[in-house]
Amino acid sequence: MNIKTYTAVDSFDEAYRLLKKSKKNKILGGGAWLKLSIKEVDHLISLEKLSLDQIQVNKDYLEIGALASLRDIEINKDILSLDGGILSQAISNIMGITIRNLATIGGSVMGRFSFSDILPALMVMDVELVFHHHKIVDLKTFLSSRDYLLDVLKYIRIKKQDRRSFFKKVSNTPLDFSIINMAITKGDRFNIAIGSQPGLVMLLEETMGFLNKQVKITDQIIEEACDIAIKESNLGNNIRASKAYRETLVRTYLKRGIKQVTS
Amino acid sequence: MKIKLNINQQIKNFEIEPGDFLLDVLRDAGYMSLRRGCDNTSCGVCTVLLDNRPVPSCSLLALKAQNHQITTVEGIQEEADKLGRYFGDEGADQCGYCNPSMALCVYALKLENKDAKEEDIKKYLVGNLCRCTGYVAQHKAIKRYLGDAS
Amino acid sequence: MKVINHKVPSVDGLGIMKGRKAYTDDFAERDSLIVKVLRSPHAFAKILSINAEEAKKLEGIEMVLTHKDFKRIPFTRAGQGYPEPSPHDKFVLDEYVRYVGDEVLAVVGQSDAVCEKALNLIDVEYEVLEPILDFQQAMDNDIIIHPEDDIHEMFNIGFKPKQNIAASYHMHIGDVEKTLNECDYSIEETFYTQAQAHVMLEPHTVNARMDFQERLVIYSATQTPFHVRRIISQALEIPMSKLRVIKPRVGGGFGGKQAIHGEMLVAYVTYKTGKPAKMIYTRKEVFESSYSRHPMKLTMRLGADKDGLLKAIDCHVLSDTGAYGEHALTVYMVAGSKVLPLYNKVDSVRFHGHVVYTNHTPAGAFRGYGAIQGNFALESAIDILCHKMDMDPIEFRQKNMIKENETSPIFKIMGEGTEGTAMMMETCKLEECVSRGKDLIHWDDIYPAKDKGDKIRSVGMAIAMQGSGIPLIDMGSATIKLNDDGFYNLMVGATEIGQGSDTVLTQIAAEVLMTDVDHVIIYSSDTDLTPFDVGAYASSTTFVSGNAVYKAAHALKTTMLQEAARIFDVKVEEVSFDGKTFTAKAKSLSLKDFSNEITYSESQKQLQETSSYVGPKSPPPFMAGFIEIEIDKETGEIDICDYVSVVDCGTTINPMLAKGQVDGAIVQGLGMAMFEDVKYSKNGRMISSDLLNYKIPTRLDINKLTTEFVDSYEESGPFGAKSVGEIGIDTPPAALANAIENALGVRMTELPITPEKIIKKLKEKNNEK
Repeated sequence: MNIKTYTAVDSFDEAYRLLKKSKKNKILGGGAWLKLSIKEVDHLISLEKLSLDQIQVNKDYLEIGALASLRDIEINKDILSLDGGILSQAISNIMGITIRNLATIGGSVMGRFSFSDILPALMVMDVELVFHHHKIVDLKTFLSSRDYLLDVLKYIRIKKQDRRSFFKKVSNTPLDFSIINMAITKGDRFNIAIGSQPGLVMLLEETMGFLNKQVKITDQIIEEACDIAIKESNLGNNIRASKAYRETLVRTYLKRGIKQVTS
Repeated sequence: MKIKLNINQQIKNFEIEPGDFLLDVLRDAGYMSLRRGCDNTSCGVCTVLLDNRPVPSCSLLALKAQNHQITTVEGIQEEADKLGRYFGDEGADQCGYCNPSMALCVYALKLENKDAKEEDIKKYLVGNLCRCTGYVAQHKAIKRYLGDAS
Repeated sequence: MKVINHKVPSVDGLGIMKGRKAYTDDFAERDSLIVKVLRSPHAFAKILSINAEEAKKLEGIEMVLTHKDFKRIPFTRAGQGYPEPSPHDKFVLDEYVRYVGDEVLAVVGQSDAVCEKALNLIDVEYEVLEPILDFQQAMDNDIIIHPEDDIHEMFNIGFKPKQNIAASYHMHIGDVEKTLNECDYSIEETFYTQAQAHVMLEPHTVNARMDFQERLVIYSATQTPFHVRRIISQALEIPMSKLRVIKPRVGGGFGGKQAIHGEMLVAYVTYKTGKPAKMIYTRKEVFESSYSRHPMKLTMRLGADKDGLLKAIDCHVLSDTGAYGEHALTVYMVAGSKVLPLYNKVDSVRFHGHVVYTNHTPAGAFRGYGAIQGNFALESAIDILCHKMDMDPIEFRQKNMIKENETSPIFKIMGEGTEGTAMMMETCKLEECVSRGKDLIHWDDIYPAKDKGDKIRSVGMAIAMQGSGIPLIDMGSATIKLNDDGFYNLMVGATEIGQGSDTVLTQIAAEVLMTDVDHVIIYSSDTDLTPFDVGAYASSTTFVSGNAVYKAAHALKTTMLQEAARIFDVKVEEVSFDGKTFTAKAKSLSLKDFSNEITYSESQKQLQETSSYVGPKSPPPFMAGFIEIEIDKETGEIDICDYVSVVDCGTTINPMLAKGQVDGAIVQGLGMAMFEDVKYSKNGRMISSDLLNYKIPTRLDINKLTTEFVDSYEESGPFGAKSVGEIGIDTPPAALANAIENALGVRMTELPITPEKIIKKLKEKNNEK
């Protein structure tokens, strides 16, 4: 890996300034995906001096530092108590322990990987991102815009809730990227997200709207919800599966997921 | 740039480039137990312990390893010997290429959860690929090694 | 027996676990030049010009090698006995590149970084040619992948490169068309097996240096050190006496290291410059530029009468050997010779077909070596026939499969590249394997399937055979010497690649010499110091090399007894030896004292014996494989609940290591059956060329493996042993396909059998209704 300079910055200002200076300047997360993403970096910016690896419990939300490792988050008991442990469940499916010890939540979120297992789980929780420059942004807005990519992510805030939840990752082997993944939470409203379409994660808002209108969830309603979900999603083909098979998977697991969170 | 690394409780000096990964730096320095198996962090063979946590040395920048305790299998010889004997007893050793990194991971598992059951062992080690053994004998050996500890 | 068939830990596992230097790159010289290959971006192209002037000027670059630097001597990279049954169709570097990943040129420099820099400065002009990427279009295509006139076969293998045919073979017994016509039941089905990658964890590695005798000493992660030495000598015209090839610990091979890889270029660089050099394949190079398994299209026709007797088998094979013909004929023939004899009571058999060139990564040796492909087709076809006849598939097999003291005419007709050897099955416990396996998997409780709501649980099975070395061709030898202090050195050419051969061979010597494995120190695979052995392939090590060790140990024991008789001044018949002490009449002498006396004191001599072995036959191991699965009715996802293997491999010299061989092979077979798939883009570039995209079975995929060995003693083998290295891989694909048919009523004929394919087939079937 060709890195010209490495700086462990002393302040968020310094990090932000360096980042904006050149396209070839990057912030280092854990470095788990370093070998895949870039060959050359001018200035590698490390936030290691800024105490971003903690998980703090506040009154209404959990605040996770951007440099907290995926493994630390996975086994954290406060994280496990959120929404039936859906975030831990999603993280535990990612590759192996060694990667999860190295990879950070900040790197995973900023990477906006379409194969991400974390993003669907976060999408169905109430999540805000705290940036240095842009201050507070909700996850959905962050994902739909490029405005935040040249900013320094400091914290991820997750509202404290414990609702019914469902998470499914379908893959060829436990170490493979997902063919499709799906996250559902249900308090008084349904939240449903699918990822690895193969494209980026999306919230199934029409499907959610349809289900949230219903008085009773019957088998017929579930089937209709699946129809709507297939229509509104962006399912497609890639090396791992065809669009047709993804539709079969969405149909099957959405049905099973809705049943699980309403049983 | 000059850095100091704490490897197996010894502080050593290195002259590196910022983009050097720990695996290459350590192998060049003679730690031959660390080996490479793939191009992109997907096999587990290069695992090293950083503060007793397994990490992939092929993707860890050497300069990030400063101010941490690095452990290679040379630093846990007694544990590796114990595990190696159980492997021998169960016929779980074949080509051995994945073994030193397994010793480190299994040792880390022992520190984290010495009561780990078979499912826990499988989940903890899933990122450590083995192409030779079909895994079953390895799990038997690891259970016995962990059983010693509890 | 004291050591044989006992639980003996491997002689080398502990040191490796503890991180000792052991593998090839651990021994590279520190200042080795790095050899880096520029690989073709095109599936088929002619190199028109190479401009490397800028690259050559870079500081740190030693040389740039192109096809102009080498004399045009064709060879085969396949590690096989000479003369090889593979065509000599490869040059060190050529002006044609025939697959994406083929060698264009090599840069040699002081570091990886400077070599990368140099590669970026080199301009290659290609004439891009249209490739052949569909092996079903290869034969007689206008495009000719090997148009050059200076390539050849070593003996008739049906080599017709102008038709893109690397090899052909045809055999028949009786008249298969006539028999099929007369059958009450017949079926025909076509099967496709995919290219599979070995994914041994250690990438291909080689390093070389000149020693002080001005000889070229090569360390290589190879399965065939002696073949490597010969092929380099022939291709580079270096006298073989100037070459030494040493195989250190190898991190897995499975056939993927049974050929020349980087050795040719590294050897040349060191020989030319006098400087040490090395090459380590990246994982991408291992995928793209070493080998894959031969993909095949197999068309099976079977015929049976109404009494359930199998009467005819007709098997047609089209095999894709990729850009070069290594192992082309032999893998294809094994798809017949190590599969068809399973049903030896037929009236007629035909095996025919071709192996064609395509512009894909070359196919080569891979555990199973054709038997897994042939087994998938035949064992699936047998179940299809049974369904048609409404006959129980186990009952059908028990009626028709080969049994002990029977033979098949195919053994005499089909060898591996040449004619075979007639042989009686002096040991064949298939019957026991089948009935024991049936019990272990609780077949009768589940067959054909049990509905579990969202999922269905079902069982499926297949039988298999393999070989034990190549008769009359594979030779192994061993040298044993006695040291002062009373311990032995065992030198063998046999190649330990993780399968435990060092341990097993040590056990055989220790048993004969009535000692324990700590007193026999093995050293293997050094072309200077160890006697010849073909190498680790064809499941030959225990049987062929083991027999050589057995003979050598006996010869040494005889010599020791003669010397002891001389020392005691008695007749040799009066001396007895228990492994520790010689006794005659009232006198006794410990082995330790004996060895010291004969080394230092009187009539001093080095006691050492060498023996060789070539098998007159290749007694096959047999097995029955049973799978229990749970399949999701809506998504086709499969959980493997259990895989039962019951194996007849003769005596298990080391039962734990034998079990490890079967378990490991079963899991590789399951990977091939379920999801492993070498994939290409439509331009012929391999897109599954890293471990993020090519997946092998993980710990969480394997729930339970139940492996047992039946009692069996093969007289011709050392202490009754046959072989066990490959047989485990053969049954999973057919067993899985049969289980899926039992569960869902759909017949999967294309590997890998993925959930997506299952659901697609299920939908087609339901639409037809």
